[in-house]
Amino acid sequence: MKDATAIVGIAETPFAKKLPGSELELASKAIVAACEDAGIDPSEIDGMSSYTMETSSEVDVARNVGAGEITFFSQVGYGGGAGPGAVGHVAMAVATGQCRVGVAWRSRKRGSGQRPWAGPTQLSTTASWARPWGLLRPVDEIGMLTRRYMHDYGATRDHLANVALSVREHANNNPNAIMYERKMTRDDYMNARWISEPLCLFDNCLETDGALACVIVSAERAKDCPNKPVYIHSFGQGLPPQHQTMQNYFNDDPLRGPAWTCADQLYRNSDIRPEDIKVAQLYDAFSPLIVLSLEGYGFCKRGEGAEFTNDGAIEIGGRLPVNTSGGGLSEAYVHGLNLINEGVRQMRGTSCNQVKDADSCLVTAGEGVPTSAVLLRN
Amino acid sequence: MSEQPLLPAIGDDEAPFWEATRKGELRIQQCASCERLRFPPRPMCPWCHSTDSQWSLMSGKGTIYSYVVPHPPLLPHFHDLAPYSVILVTLDDDPKIRLIGNLVNKVGDAINAIDPNSIEIGAAVQVVFDSVTDEITMPRWVTAS
Repeated sequence: MKDATAIVGIAETPFAKKLPGSELELASKAIVAACEDAGIDPSEIDGMSSYTMETSSEVDVARNVGAGEITFFSQVGYGGGAGPGAVGHVAMAVATGQCRVGVAWRSRKRGSGQRPWAGPTQLSTTASWARPWGLLRPVDEIGMLTRRYMHDYGATRDHLANVALSVREHANNNPNAIMYERKMTRDDYMNARWISEPLCLFDNCLETDGALACVIVSAERAKDCPNKPVYIHSFGQGLPPQHQTMQNYFNDDPLRGPAWTCADQLYRNSDIRPEDIKVAQLYDAFSPLIVLSLEGYGFCKRGEGAEFTNDGAIEIGGRLPVNTSGGGLSEAYVHGLNLINEGVRQMRGTSCNQVKDADSCLVTAGEGVPTSAVLLRN
Repeated sequence: MSEQPLLPAIGDDEAPFWEATRKGELRIQQCASCERLRFPPRPMCPWCHSTDSQWSLMSGKGTIYSYVVPHPPLLPHFHDLAPYSVILVTLDDDPKIRLIGNLVNKVGDAINAIDPNSIEIGAAVQVVFDSVTDEITMPRWVTAS
């Protein structure tokens, strides 16, 4: 599938704490707008993929946007692990001839809706090894790993602050970002309230309403589309041995998570190596996931991810700008799919924080859960 | 006996763990064929694929692998206890076996009784058994003497 397909259309709704309209309406709007961006009528859609957690089913979306005869459809699991997975599934389908015009999308009213962990509590048996003792939320599960990481490698809150501050800088240059007008200082970070020590408010992503979509066709068909094609160079998913999602506590090496497994696959069929990559969109529901992803995707060695963030290294102008539209931490949190759209913009040359001469971009889903990633190039 | 707002869901794979804690024992599932321990419990041994298992008595000793201190927003009852701490303990019996728990001074303490600043990764701990209902006895941990 290497370079066999391209993303030719992207779109997103506005991002806000609360949007009018249902998730289905937002999904439909994003998909129709992505098709318009691609110069392709929605009636040509014959491939679909989204997240298992998406409330808008293929059936519902298809009969809203007026899709054609669908010959490929899939859903990718594990929440924030799914975004590039949905894109990759569609790309594989197009590359193998299972469909010709595929859409990947996510629509979520996480800003105005109930927090998923706060609902009525009928525990699963898996959750029953954690929740009764008070480990209640994803932030607690990742906080547990972060504390161990800090212990093993000498990382500090200053390193996590580097992540929050760098990504906020990028959002401050993006008029579509929720945090566009909210500056953050290191003092702001250090004085922020705790959510799950060692993680404070600014180590957590936003809570947003929004929807995004992208359209994928063959590299051949992409030549006829109005925008510069953004090729999907390689794709990976990752689920390591004896893994248990964000409570990755029950194996030999809890800090070597799904990103490593995914990266092995991603680079296996890739001509592009980590040292070639000039910009990256790394899933950031929590700031330490960026630190771990820097290691997992080969930008530095184990334990060096925290140090990597020093001296503006992950800001525009630095060694590897990360989350150049503001990420989940500061642009919007729609389960990471805004990272795909920003990756496409970087490859088109249309980002508000454009990295000069960027000819490839890594886009990842969440470290900590069974995950996915794509390497885009122009 | 401490207040326990959230009770575990117990299926066939989990039941022997909770039968053991009711008797004041920490038992972990062990493959009856190759004798490897596994946690969380499950039907099949991932190494030899046997579906026969037994439950092996542990020493009750472990070391703190990590900890976290949740603050609101939380579920209502935990909100009232916050900030409290949650620890992750590696069992001395097998470095691959870890259990989520709470550090307390004595059985019956609330989970916010310990000062989180006193928790140390690497500290030796010992399991204690907190009988919270007739059916459920929660394992918790105290600093080993």
